Amino acid sequence: MSYVLKLRIWRGDKDGGEVKDYPVEVSEGEVVLDAIHRVQGTQAGDLAVRWNCKAGKCGSCSAEVNGRPRLMCMCRLSDFAEDETITVTPMRTFPVIRDLVTDVSFNYEKAKQLPSAQLGPRDPDGKRRMAQVDVERGQEFRKCIECFLCQDVCHVVRDHEDNKESFAGPRFFLRYAELDMHPLDTHDRRELAQGAAGLGMCNITKCCTEVCPEGIKITDNAIIPMKERVVDKKFDPLVWLGDKIGLRNKDNEGRTEP
Amino acid sequence: MPTTDRGVTSPGRARIEERTLRRDRWWLQPLATFVVFSGFVVFATIRAFMGRDYYAEPYLSPFYSPCLGDCVEGASDFGQPFGWWPLSAALLILVFPLGFRMTCYYYRKAYYRAFWLSPPACAVAEPHGSYSGESRLPLLLQNAHRYFWYAAVLVGLVLTYDVLLAFRPMPGRYAVGDGETSGVHMGLGTLLMLANVVLIWLYTLSCHSCRHVVGGRLRHFSKHPVRYRLWTWVSRLNTSHGRWAWYSLFSVAVVDFYIFLLATGTIQDLRFF
Amino acid sequence: MTDMSAANGRHPMTGNELSGEAAGGMERHDYDVVVVGAGGAGLRAAIAAHEAGARTAIVCKSLLGKAHTVMAEGGIAAAMGNRWPEDNWEVHFRDTMRGGKMLNNWRMAQLHAQEAPERVQELEDWGALFDRTDDGLISQRDFGGHKYARLAHVGDRTGLEMIRTLQQRAVALGIDVFMECTVTDVFRDGDKVAGAFAYWRESGRFIVFDAPSVILATGGIGKSFKVTSNSWEYTGDGHALAMRAGASLINMEFVQFHPTGMVWPPSVKGLLVTESVRGDGGILKNSEGKRFMFDYIPEFFRAETADTVEEADAWYDDKKNNRRPPELLPRDEVARAINSEIKAGRGTPHGGIYLDIASRRTPEFIRKRLPSMYHQFKELADVDITAEPMEIGPTCHYVMGGVEVDADTQESAVTGLYAVGECSGGMHGSNRLGGNSLGDLLVFGKRAGEHASTYAASLAGARPRVDEADVRAAQASALAPFEVEGGENPYTIQSDLQQSMNDLVGIIRTRAELEESLDAIEVFKQRAATMVVEGHRQYNPGWHLALDLRNMLIVSECIARAALAREESRGGHTRDDFPGPDPEWGTKNLVVNLNEAGTGVDLHEKPLPEMPEELKGYFA
Repeated sequence: MSYVLKLRIWRGDKDGGEVKDYPVEVSEGEVVLDAIHRVQGTQAGDLAVRWNCKAGKCGSCSAEVNGRPRLMCMCRLSDFAEDETITVTPMRTFPVIRDLVTDVSFNYEKAKQLPSAQLGPRDPDGKRRMAQVDVERGQEFRKCIECFLCQDVCHVVRDHEDNKESFAGPRFFLRYAELDMHPLDTHDRRELAQGAAGLGMCNITKCCTEVCPEGIKITDNAIIPMKERVVDKKFDPLVWLGDKIGLRNKDNEGRTEP
Repeated sequence: MPTTDRGVTSPGRARIEERTLRRDRWWLQPLATFVVFSGFVVFATIRAFMGRDYYAEPYLSPFYSPCLGDCVEGASDFGQPFGWWPLSAALLILVFPLGFRMTCYYYRKAYYRAFWLSPPACAVAEPHGSYSGESRLPLLLQNAHRYFWYAAVLVGLVLTYDVLLAFRPMPGRYAVGDGETSGVHMGLGTLLMLANVVLIWLYTLSCHSCRHVVGGRLRHFSKHPVRYRLWTWVSRLNTSHGRWAWYSLFSVAVVDFYIFLLATGTIQDLRFF
Repeated sequence: MTDMSAANGRHPMTGNELSGEAAGGMERHDYDVVVVGAGGAGLRAAIAAHEAGARTAIVCKSLLGKAHTVMAEGGIAAAMGNRWPEDNWEVHFRDTMRGGKMLNNWRMAQLHAQEAPERVQELEDWGALFDRTDDGLISQRDFGGHKYARLAHVGDRTGLEMIRTLQQRAVALGIDVFMECTVTDVFRDGDKVAGAFAYWRESGRFIVFDAPSVILATGGIGKSFKVTSNSWEYTGDGHALAMRAGASLINMEFVQFHPTGMVWPPSVKGLLVTESVRGDGGILKNSEGKRFMFDYIPEFFRAETADTVEEADAWYDDKKNNRRPPELLPRDEVARAINSEIKAGRGTPHGGIYLDIASRRTPEFIRKRLPSMYHQFKELADVDITAEPMEIGPTCHYVMGGVEVDADTQESAVTGLYAVGECSGGMHGSNRLGGNSLGDLLVFGKRAGEHASTYAASLAGARPRVDEADVRAAQASALAPFEVEGGENPYTIQSDLQQSMNDLVGIIRTRAELEESLDAIEVFKQRAATMVVEGHRQYNPGWHLALDLRNMLIVSECIARAALAREESRGGHTRDDFPGPDPEWGTKNLVVNLNEAGTGVDLHEKPLPEMPEELKGYFA
């Protein structure tokens, strides 16, 4: 059950490039990355593409398939008609290096700016105790495979290069949320999330959630709760008043700014 | 539509001229949102400024509830503290549900996409040259959402009371037989108001701020089992927040229009018992 | 492409330079410890070296956080006793040795069992969120070959949690990372390590690292086989680097074929299906619907394995009074059994057998415990594992063999050269138990990092120096594929090698086939000598493969040669012509070295290190 796929791939580097045709034989059960590999093996040995696990677990083969940010290894050809043309381009938010490979160092820089987990001392027996319900929210966010598709699709940086300086992006809002919800972390990261990470730039249009290959509810479960936590801290006079008269949320006690 | 060279065509990025390579009908959803929301706004504005035909005993239009201005007889169940107000009584009260919906996380997504094209759809370049999101005034005020939610809960309670009243007997001109003064009645209007208030509650309780207030703000669910249960429950509703937003928008308009038709005598209420 | 300045155009975090121009000369960096590989072992080693005060660099072929460790699903074996207070390091040690058919380096197995619990706790200190028991402790799950539920886990994505935690820790400590950068040579000064030679994948530029300690943490060799759960990175780089630097490899004949890999669709054939499916209640059935594992219980494990369905099923809830189901025998046993069933014609339509959890657990349970498996089958094969059985078959998963190292320090025969994780050998003997690899990475990563750092510090001013002639030679060697004209493309050779290894050195081996494979490898070597690469040096996968292919060839030869020499069946090495274990062979390891000419491998036998009396007592 094989047929010739009308595949088009963007070839080029930072100085320019174009979409070129690579008709390629494909068969049942294959994904876009298989087709790309066949082109690499038979037609263009120097076609640059990043990939590792080919199982949707490492998040390396991010690209845009017919304009949609996708993992190429999870993009099944059976989702397209056999006579449909499939156009594969690199992610359009990051500088291109070559062909389908982009320079994603933006994300690694942002990771560096984020204070990591800071837990208090262990229990006297050398172990730590956390309830399953308390770690579950964070566990959802730690499913993130860092494919950076959410960063790619986010219009805040996709459409505005100048915002890259002040905006960390959905992947790192996940991280802020994870740490802020960590039952044993000792830091209060709300101020940082709003300030350094630019949480306020997000207008919750939810494209990050739409493209997440792990199905993490980035907007509903991480960004909006983080926004609400920032409101607690910065914009809610009732919470402020409660703090003043000692009706504070005890759940946050003992946390300090990093 | 031209994009700026600060977006997907910035120097260094892969040179692709199209603002999107999507070939599906990505414009359908923002367009539909635009048309329906605009339609609702026009309808709601007209109805809110009319200042009449909002009460058909025992039914009170949700646009006018609670009716605190100089309202028609029988419509004001909470007095008329703003009796001096020269304009339509709807304007006194609509600001709360309107504010609730304007600052709602779902509606924000919908209108940022459909009205401001920021972005029109995922991976479709937006036409604006610069962008600061909700980090500055006036959009910084979106952070007041939880206050509108508090107000929306009160409005929800009033609308629930209105539904109870809609089961009242009908002594007036809609009475079947002559001058019924006791017992329970139910007409199509009652049913519509009931459906409306259910949808309003689903929308109000599935709100993201509600989810935060009932338990989302906690760091240790394990120490607050009741609030955790509430949070779990709200979280489940919250996954369909957008759906409740649309349904309740329609239901409010339908109820108001139905009452308008009754009040103008265009139709008669369909009575079940 | 002239606007990028070589020095300033580099990225502050990745250090990556985007120019395709080679004329900018060669980058040079000076470190105390260079870690090659950024999987669990490499990251843990780098963290330890940094914390011990060494100036440390991590060099990795992929982006940070993409290493194969993310594929580990089941968990980290550590006798923390959170579920079973009876569990302790001695039991874990015994399980490990028995799983490895007693061919393990006893000291490594002992250190691993003793230190794994603290290494796991450490991950938690750094932000890992493990699944919890009802008491709030780290939850532990059952796995093949482990007497007690022992694997600390996060659903079925434990490897991801581990690598992310270590990555975030390394970033927080500010350790330098050279991403998408491949090491092609280790330099020596006399008999000591002097540094390493590498190239940026992005630009093709070369780098010389001056460093007295080099830690190899490059993972395994799975890409030499056609059906494998391993990614493209698994080309045996560390194995080959160590050999070329003069170190030796041991146990290379032992390759673990994981019993459960996907068999359909073809594009994901070999992709891993976690052992947790069986740990959580999944069973194996052939096309006749028979639960066949009861027919394959070997004598060695008969006493501790259930022989009736009733007992096996009761074990999940009552481990004290029942024996383990045969599905949870060590991986080599299960893989062989599956292989036999398929060969006997009782396979599924796509040439596998059935792994069924749908009929045994509720959909909610399956989705909660095995979310990524659910996802993987749904997305890739359109199979709902909560409703229908999976089709699975053996897949090349792990190499027990690797660089021969000192158990306590992980140092190889070459001073300053260390190896950890899958590319080191000895710890797992002839067969690795599931869950022991993640613990291995952590325990020995930390040890290697500390010892490498101590050694570097001990040198003070008297550091080995990189010889410029070696640098020129390394450069010439790396550029050689561009010099050839008219040869074959490396993809074809790689694919032929993979097919050949799969057919001839696979799960069941014979003398004739192994000899045939060695002949075939000689031919591949000749073909590789004239392979040709198109394009230029900037992000050119063809070139990268050409360089990796040399490593794959040498490692493949090691495997085939050792497999031919070992005339018995044990663990991950099964000889059709020598079906049983041989006590005589149980006393020795096979060691391979690069031959004098550097063109092939030499092999010799070496007696197994003797276990002290007090440890022997556990096996009485």
